[in-house]
Amino acid sequence: MESGPESARSTASENRLVIKKQAESDTIAAIAGNPNVGKSTVFNALTGMRQHTGNWPGKTVAIAQGHCRIDGNGFVLVDIPGTYSLSPHSAEEEVARDFICLSSHDAVVVVCDACCLERNLILALQAMETGCKMLLCVNMMDEARRKGIEIDLGLLSERLGVPVVGISARKRKTLSALKEALSGLCEAPAGKMYKIRYTGPLERAVESLQSVVERAAGDRFDCRWLSLRLLEDDETLLCGLERSLGFDITRLGEIRAAVGRAKEQLCEDGFDQKKICDNIASCAVLCAEEICTDAVRYDRLAYHASDRKIDSVLTGKWLAYPAMLALLALVFWITIFGANYPSGLLSGLFRWLGRLLRDGMDALDAPLWLTGALIDGVYGVLSQVVSVMLPPMAIFFPLFTMLEDSGYLPRVAYNLDRPFAKCSACGKQALTMCMGFGCNAAGVVGCRIIDSPRERLIAVLTNSLVPCNGRFPILISVITIFFIGSDSGFAGSLAAALLLTSLIALSVAVTLLCSRLLSKTVLKGQPSSFVLEMPPYRKPQFLRVIIRSVFDRTLFVLGRAVCAAAPAGLVIWLLANIYAGDISLLRHCAGFLDPFARLFGLDGIILMAFILGLPANETVIPIAVMAYMSSGMLTELSSDGLRLLFEANGWNAVTAVSVLLFTLFHWPCATTLMTVAKETKSVSWTALAFALPTAVGLTACFIFANTAGLAM
Amino acid sequence: MIHCLDDIETGRSARIVAIEAPDDMRRRLMDIGLVENTAVECVGKSPLGDPKAFLIRGAVIAIRSADCRKIIICAQPEDPRTAGDTYGIRS
Repeated sequence: MESGPESARSTASENRLVIKKQAESDTIAAIAGNPNVGKSTVFNALTGMRQHTGNWPGKTVAIAQGHCRIDGNGFVLVDIPGTYSLSPHSAEEEVARDFICLSSHDAVVVVCDACCLERNLILALQAMETGCKMLLCVNMMDEARRKGIEIDLGLLSERLGVPVVGISARKRKTLSALKEALSGLCEAPAGKMYKIRYTGPLERAVESLQSVVERAAGDRFDCRWLSLRLLEDDETLLCGLERSLGFDITRLGEIRAAVGRAKEQLCEDGFDQKKICDNIASCAVLCAEEICTDAVRYDRLAYHASDRKIDSVLTGKWLAYPAMLALLALVFWITIFGANYPSGLLSGLFRWLGRLLRDGMDALDAPLWLTGALIDGVYGVLSQVVSVMLPPMAIFFPLFTMLEDSGYLPRVAYNLDRPFAKCSACGKQALTMCMGFGCNAAGVVGCRIIDSPRERLIAVLTNSLVPCNGRFPILISVITIFFIGSDSGFAGSLAAALLLTSLIALSVAVTLLCSRLLSKTVLKGQPSSFVLEMPPYRKPQFLRVIIRSVFDRTLFVLGRAVCAAAPAGLVIWLLANIYAGDISLLRHCAGFLDPFARLFGLDGIILMAFILGLPANETVIPIAVMAYMSSGMLTELSSDGLRLLFEANGWNAVTAVSVLLFTLFHWPCATTLMTVAKETKSVSWTALAFALPTAVGLTACFIFANTAGLAM
Repeated sequence: MIHCLDDIETGRSARIVAIEAPDDMRRRLMDIGLVENTAVECVGKSPLGDPKAFLIRGAVIAIRSADCRKIIICAQPEDPRTAGDTYGIRS
């Protein structure tokens, strides 16, 4: 297993991107920029696509591409992950660097945050150095204006030698300037662009290399840029260079001699390798600073004062953790309270529709087995998924997205970094953990934002220890059925929310514990460094978030429900109705699993439901309900029948708590497992990602069920 | 006495003298604009005191204490108007 971290590191560069052009004349433009400057918002606005956006650095971890047409010119826009510079520190930044530096594209649109333009320009200057056509897009002009930051776009454009447009990507009408500039870009020849000036000895070294490099590499790359990279000697870049050139340029005798001579001379001037690299990095920073002089003016000096006030509460010594729990409880409370009504409405509707369908089947003289398989099996599970699982998901997801939009998540990472560091893990794991609340598979992909391969693997392996959107409804329904009662109104839903919050606190604690365990055993190591930008707070775009997440999410869930729940319903019905001897196959299976499941406070049916729920956790409760009903010959549920049904099948408080624990901690769903396999490129790490939460869940259930059994 | 970034209190600012961190970390810090002579202001601590938040070239960046100890600073003349504002220093 020792080879794991390396293989995790190399995934990004191996996943080659294929650019899909609609016409040969299409211009390929990369949308690059620092993390969290609104690249995805710009991308979505231009292409009409719906890449997920959010106010935290590292939202886009993979490359997305879309097509748009401006004034008759076709563009393939490529949304690449955010990066601070072209010297990558993590897998996702490597993706960005490789795309900007090595792949063939016609132009780069560098999106900048107007509120900290100087820092954003560092990347823009480095991208200009590669010699490609560039467009500087200064985003969030409205926010900057509110903060009293004034930007002279004309002066910037003049100094940089590239077109500069100011936009506010959240307001669609400001995008017309960007579209105009983009279509102008492909027609105009590249002008004289600003070049980063380096210190004397470095400039001389570059000059001595340039002509040799040009002869060796041709015009595929800018020779000044290539000379600098040869001096910098960055291994991953040189490997990528070898791939795109088809030969290793550093092995050419001529180049080797020239680089050797240049470095000797630099050494005489007091430039060792470390100083060369430092100088290349710091000169870009200083040039960015110089360009911004007079072009960026701050009218108000304390332009971030209100953010600091909010921070003093949300990350303050006493209030940070209570505020975190309170916010979480609030989100859950709204979810539970809000889901009650649509859930009742939907199940009523489905019961009515079910009766109608059954009557229809009877009228058509359909054979009994067909009616059973389709109505009791497929339709039964399907309607349960939609009525019980969908409403909480449809409410939780937009609420969570709003929290994400507001810029709160990086503060969570900031607050939780210390505990994670104590477990030799990275605070950014808190971010991927939060993403896991939405979807574990997305959380696993999100782990690419973590720099150190070791810490990234820890985050990947522990991600499914927090419940995802598909598991929340299981928790909510079991809590409301067994501990609160579904009709106890305001106080009841508040109590349910608090219970759920404590369950989440438990899962976070277990995540920390397992991270510690991993870093003491298979993933030994010291915590690496941690640098996290905390973006300004922003008002979430309520309407857009709700519309987008309800539509995207609802459609997604409905699709998955059809794909996973329908066959599961069919399987359950078949198992319940095919007899081997005197008893149905379902009873055989349940009976087989039962003694084992009892050890953990569960029963055979529940365990089977979890096993059949592997494709999608949303189906676990519906499958269990279906299985209980078919074995009890019950065909229809009354509105408050779930509790009765469960109790009739021997559930008590101990069973309910065991189910809650097992819901929190069991194997990840199939999608998550496949994502882990893709991200780690290793069967053994995937197996561990399966085994770890399962072991945790079985242990927790075993301990609980047996202690509770003794006490009773 | 040599001071490091971990020594400055919330609300105070300083100027970077050198970054003694290992290559990878140093480059990361330089990429976010933390080079020699950059002005830095400490704008807060996380609830457990580590990491701390710094205002660097207009952005708030969280850095762990262990890493801060590798960043050497010198005192910045206390002028609240230019705290964290690099333009103020140059003129």
